[in-house]
Amino acid sequence: MSAFHFLRALSQINKTTPKSSLLLRSRRIRHAAYASMAYTAGRSRLWSRALLRRLQRRSRLRYFSSQRTRAVIAPRRLKAVRPRSGEPSRAEALRRLVPGGAGMDYCSLLDETAHYIQCLSSQVQLMQKVVGSISS
Amino acid sequence: MSSRRTTRSRQSSSSRITDEQINDLVSKLQALLPEAGIRSNNSMPAARVLQDTCNHIRSLHQEVDDLSERLSELLATTDTTSAQAAIIRSLLM
Repeated sequence: MSAFHFLRALSQINKTTPKSSLLLRSRRIRHAAYASMAYTAGRSRLWSRALLRRLQRRSRLRYFSSQRTRAVIAPRRLKAVRPRSGEPSRAEALRRLVPGGAGMDYCSLLDETAHYIQCLSSQVQLMQKVVGSISS
Repeated sequence: MSSRRTTRSRQSSSSRITDEQINDLVSKLQALLPEAGIRSNNSMPAARVLQDTCNHIRSLHQEVDDLSERLSELLATTDTTSAQAAIIRSLLM
């Protein structure tokens, strides 16, 4: 499912981006990777909802300012992640890495992280396959 | 001090169930780590699992970045029809 979305986006990017703008194309591809990942996971997951919100914000901003085309999939203005009592200290770092992590309780954070990692790994595998196909 | 103790004892019955859930979730995360098969099946301390999980996520993010750049280069240098054929091939396989 995510393959279809990603490949369609790739084809679109290939058509609309000039060959010379390597950086712009690379950023759009990265955006498409996270978007297809989140779209495939759908609204059933906290991380995918948060990621979709974040991506929609970024793509709206892009129309208004070329300065913001620096891919900010890792957000710069985060909801403050404060240490919570009763959690291992590493939970803070994990909250920053998983989309929407700041607002999750510890249990949900662990559950969402597992799913996020699985989807990320699948996306990486898909992209490796595409690279392998094109370069052979 | 005493109020804290009573709060803890009140919570202990409900948190015992939650502790088990948390341990299950932590071991699920441990199983997802790349070295899951290499290490012994003994459970690692939660802090270690979280640390390794953070590192794993960071490396996955980095891989997405690198693959995006690589794809961008490839799409620039390959002509459209052969790229599209290759992409469709990868979808069907």
